Amino acid sequence: MSNYQNMFTRVQVQGHLHSGIPLPRGDEPRLGPPMFSKLLGRFGNAQIGPVYLGSLGLASLIFGLVGFVTIGLNMWASVDWNPIQFVRQLPWLALEPPSPAYGLTIPPMNEGGWWLFAGFTITTSVMLWWLRMYTRARALGMGTHVAWAFAAAIWLYLVLGFIRPLLMGSWSEAVPFGIFPHLDWTAAFSIRYGNLFYNPFHALSIVFLYGSALLFAMHGATILAVGRYGGEREIEQIVDRGTASERAALFWRWTMGFNASMESIHRWAWWFAVLCPLTGGIGILLTGTVVDNWYLWAVKHSFAPAYPEMWAPIPDPNR
Amino acid sequence: MKHFGVTAALLPFAALLVIAGTFTVGWERPPIEVQQIGFRGTGMEQPINPRADAKLRALNQMPAEVYPLDSAADLAAAPKARDVYENVTVLGDLPEPQFTRLMAAITEWVAPEQGCGYCHNLENLADDSVYTKVVARRMIEMTWNVNANWQDHVKDTGVTCYTCHRGNPVPQNIWFDAEPQRFASKGMLGRKDGQNLPSDLSVASSLPTTWLSDYLVGDAGVRVQSTAALPTDAPGATIQSTEKTYGMMMHMADGLGVSCNYCHNTQSFQSWDKSPRPACPPGMASGWSANSTSTT
Repeated sequence: MSNYQNMFTRVQVQGHLHSGIPLPRGDEPRLGPPMFSKLLGRFGNAQIGPVYLGSLGLASLIFGLVGFVTIGLNMWASVDWNPIQFVRQLPWLALEPPSPAYGLTIPPMNEGGWWLFAGFTITTSVMLWWLRMYTRARALGMGTHVAWAFAAAIWLYLVLGFIRPLLMGSWSEAVPFGIFPHLDWTAAFSIRYGNLFYNPFHALSIVFLYGSALLFAMHGATILAVGRYGGEREIEQIVDRGTASERAALFWRWTMGFNASMESIHRWAWWFAVLCPLTGGIGILLTGTVVDNWYLWAVKHSFAPAYPEMWAPIPDPNR
Repeated sequence: MKHFGVTAALLPFAALLVIAGTFTVGWERPPIEVQQIGFRGTGMEQPINPRADAKLRALNQMPAEVYPLDSAADLAAAPKARDVYENVTVLGDLPEPQFTRLMAAITEWVAPEQGCGYCHNLENLADDSVYTKVVARRMIEMTWNVNANWQDHVKDTGVTCYTCHRGNPVPQNIWFDAEPQRFASKGMLGRKDGQNLPSDLSVASSLPTTWLSDYLVGDAGVRVQSTAALPTDAPGATIQSTEKTYGMMMHMADGLGVSCNYCHNTQSFQSWDKSPRPACPPGMASGWSANSTSTT
């Protein structure tokens, strides 16, 4: 019996290994002979490699590794190089930024100097990786959408760890490198600045975060649902709309009156994803620099609702 | 086989639940009662675990009286303790029967196993050579001070030795200055900055554990939120001091077995006028210590 085989069937497509299009002049060769992996083929493309590392990728990995090891060694030293305690306490351990007394000066290495060093190497690593994303997309003749989406995440990272501390005049305002410590920092940050839930840019960021998940679920479900009509061949469907597209579009018009097109749904998804860190970064940037208490700000601008008083208010004993 | 499909579908969820329950703490089985303590729909609710509550109540029962108190008339007629015994410097004004009764009660409350000899030289009860006896005097004065000057907090109920000691010569819930990081001076890396250590003091968070000495011995300000929407010229609290306040508040909430909104309206932690249940102690006002006045 004939059976339409698309990527959702259990038939694994393993064609000839291919290395991709020829690289532009000046590029280094791709690394490693490609191979097939039956297991990974169940989740994605069965062909693994070749990888293009290049000088940007190599430099990025080296800087990233230096930063990672710097953080790890500081954590390990903080438990007196005890390997068991290092594993046990790992979620609690951190490399902390300098204390407020140092402002924007360069502190001794054990007073936050290592934090600056790790921040610098990791930022360099991330920037180099961004350049790599950009140049690799160009080398393939692609648009640079992935690089710019990555740039949105880098923006939020830089605001938290670099731009806002600069504006506040103190490295101590930045985030520690650590699992629980960065979460506790986040909660303390919200408490210090009067409840971040009243920051409208934080609200926007949450909308785009949850919205991204919702759009991803809607789009993934739609394409899976029309896979039997070849709907997963989205590019072909954009150019030559077939019954898969028609059915998917009709489904959403029936259920919510409006449908994104095969092409526009990806713009929806890209912008939702990108706006999450963009708006979030703006929200962080404004916190402490131009707004000191988001709750009071929200009350002042009628952004926070006023609830009926349940009891007679008590006065502040010290005011 | 049909039913197996349903079971198989539920298995991952069951497995996740077991893993979550095994490797994380703080799970309590339902039913949990919820008490509304603010305007509806604002999340101002206090979860109460009736089983944990019952255990706590049982722990907080006063022990049985050792001796009944004599009648007021008998006490008035009795001689003063200082006239009967030697070297009674603090409790000298008590009638002798009440003095003896208090001594017996203190033994039950503080040193039930060790007995009178924990504080007294049994050869000569008036002897001051035993260190614990001198401490006991100061402790009695402290109890008076708390009951006389801290009525905002202890109301008419007051406190006794038993409030803290509960049959232990040294109360179980005591604290010491945070141990300085042992390895900080050894090398040029690994500074913890007084935090990032799983500790009961910060309820197993990575928040600082030095706040007890900062706030209870020193007078570091506990307030970190500003009372103006926009920044002013005055330097605001740092993230580091905020984390100390946060660590202390977590400890207090854990100690009371309540969440933040027992005392605070979590919309705005610093607002007194929105604090829940202001008339009902303990609320934010009865928890406030006059020592916490300075702001950072």
